[in-house]
Amino acid sequence: MTKVFTSILFFMLMSAMASFQPAHAELRIEITKGISAAVPIAVVPFGYTGPGAAPFDVAGVVAADLASSGRFDPMDRKDMLEMPSSGAEVDFQDWRLLKAQVLVIGKVSPINADEYSIQFQVFDVFKREQILGYRMPTTRAAMRASAHYVADMIFEKLTGVKGVFSTQVAYVTVTGKGKDRNFELVVADADGANAKSISNSPDPIMSPSWSPDGRKLAYVSFEGGTSAVYVQILRSGFRQKVSSRRGVNGAPVWHPDGRSLALTLSQGDGNLDIYVLELTSGRLERITSHPAIDTEPEWRKDGRGLYFTSDRSGRAQIYELELQDKKAVRISREGSYNARPRLSPDGKQLSLVTLDRGNYRIGIMDLERGTLRVLSEGKLDESPAFAPNGQTLIYAAREGSQGVLATVSADGQIRGRIASADGDVREPVWSPFPPN
Amino acid sequence: MRNAKLVILLAATLMLGACSKSPDVKDGWGDEPEMVTGAQDESGSSQRGLGENGVRGGEEFGGMNLDGQNVLDGTTIFFDYDSTDIKLDYEDVLMAHARYLVENPGARVRLEGHTDERGSREYNIGLGERRSQSVRRVLMLQGAQDSQIITVSFGEERPAEFGSSEDAWAKNRRVEIQY
Repeated sequence: MTKVFTSILFFMLMSAMASFQPAHAELRIEITKGISAAVPIAVVPFGYTGPGAAPFDVAGVVAADLASSGRFDPMDRKDMLEMPSSGAEVDFQDWRLLKAQVLVIGKVSPINADEYSIQFQVFDVFKREQILGYRMPTTRAAMRASAHYVADMIFEKLTGVKGVFSTQVAYVTVTGKGKDRNFELVVADADGANAKSISNSPDPIMSPSWSPDGRKLAYVSFEGGTSAVYVQILRSGFRQKVSSRRGVNGAPVWHPDGRSLALTLSQGDGNLDIYVLELTSGRLERITSHPAIDTEPEWRKDGRGLYFTSDRSGRAQIYELELQDKKAVRISREGSYNARPRLSPDGKQLSLVTLDRGNYRIGIMDLERGTLRVLSEGKLDESPAFAPNGQTLIYAAREGSQGVLATVSADGQIRGRIASADGDVREPVWSPFPPN
Repeated sequence: MRNAKLVILLAATLMLGACSKSPDVKDGWGDEPEMVTGAQDESGSSQRGLGENGVRGGEEFGGMNLDGQNVLDGTTIFFDYDSTDIKLDYEDVLMAHARYLVENPGARVRLEGHTDERGSREYNIGLGERRSQSVRRVLMLQGAQDSQIITVSFGEERPAEFGSSEDAWAKNRRVEIQY
């Protein structure tokens, strides 16, 4: 009991410390294969009406966000002929000559010591029309978050799809070797900034899963030498060990209602099956009972069924199960190995790991038609996760012996890699949209 | 650390057995890890001959307990790709472990299952667990008690060898038997 409390205290302390020191490994998405249809856009550095230098480069973050989507091609600042910050200063002819199709201008104005106002306008250069104009209050500390919000608004206005620049990504990093190995569970902004370690251990940390409200992460940690599933509240760092039964405790995923977890247990006899754990009551329900390996559950969108990996047919394949009668039906047809299903936000597709001519790659399976499309090009790609707008997948790949993160658009057209300083980066999971 | 524990345990067994050949035993322990890492090639998991070598070493010392002791320390069982079958080569070494557990009801063994890096991580946790269960079953068939055995699967999370070669993969598909 004391031990549990001490470890909670320890982790609260750890996370408090982590919030003061930005993590070492900041990640940056860099588009490696774009589309020719990427829209040329000029995001002019925002003006600052206060004294001295601007407190934050809002336009820089907006341009980087739009570029990271692969759907926009922001103009280099040094190619700009002028830097207007109000509609009256815009000469559309110049921007036309520079082949910008969309122009973003704006300014930051101080209101008092710590409060600011950001206003911005988006123009269609050819029609010489304002597409979007908006003003929002912010603070010095919230300036980066506000910039992501600006990028989200612009992205949605121009593409009709909600932007994901205000979301977060969780992932596991591993540094050091042998006895010095250190596993960290990191939460960062979707652009890689503000990376914070929320848990670390010399023993493996695996399988992070976001709660539907984006406030908590469930994950597996082997601290002390055996596996256990933890739920951690991000804001406070407070965490609870929710499953530490004999044998395997793994693969937690939140039910869409946020009240229970599907997870994998072996209960000591070594046979991995899927269970559902109700978090407040601790009630455990066994879902599968099969001598094969049943693992990697994923909830169906309606919460009344599950997808999971099972090798009951010999090798790993994807099955769908109705909670009501607990009957499982194999749904992956193509390929000799399909595992770790993750549902698209619209509930119509599964991303998974598939064996493609000797390579482990990311595939997307259309649930209605049952067809499988291979999206990635690596040898050991794994752990795909959809962005909450369904446009992009993030996954783990191998570059040489280093684990890195990569992105691919759901249509396979746009590819990105996420550079990391050192160590392995793995098991990325994209947060849901922030509630607001 | 674990080795130190084992040494104490075995020293106790030794004293009980009133055996006079302790220096030889020590050498035997020192040799063991070399035998484990000695085998290199991919299919080599089948030729690792760990049990065979260990037992041969044990026979030189003569006594029943010593026989066990030599093979007990740092045993690793290697597996084929996507397989949980224990190869015949390991029969002798597993018998020695089972005998040790039967003769020492207070002894506890930890079976750590591991896989290579291919495939999804949680599925590999399953595969590692299945491998450690294969070893557990053999030990229990030979009389070891359920309460003496703890299984843990680390899947691909704790490779013995880093890298993405067939050689590294073969070294990572394993169950480590630890006291």
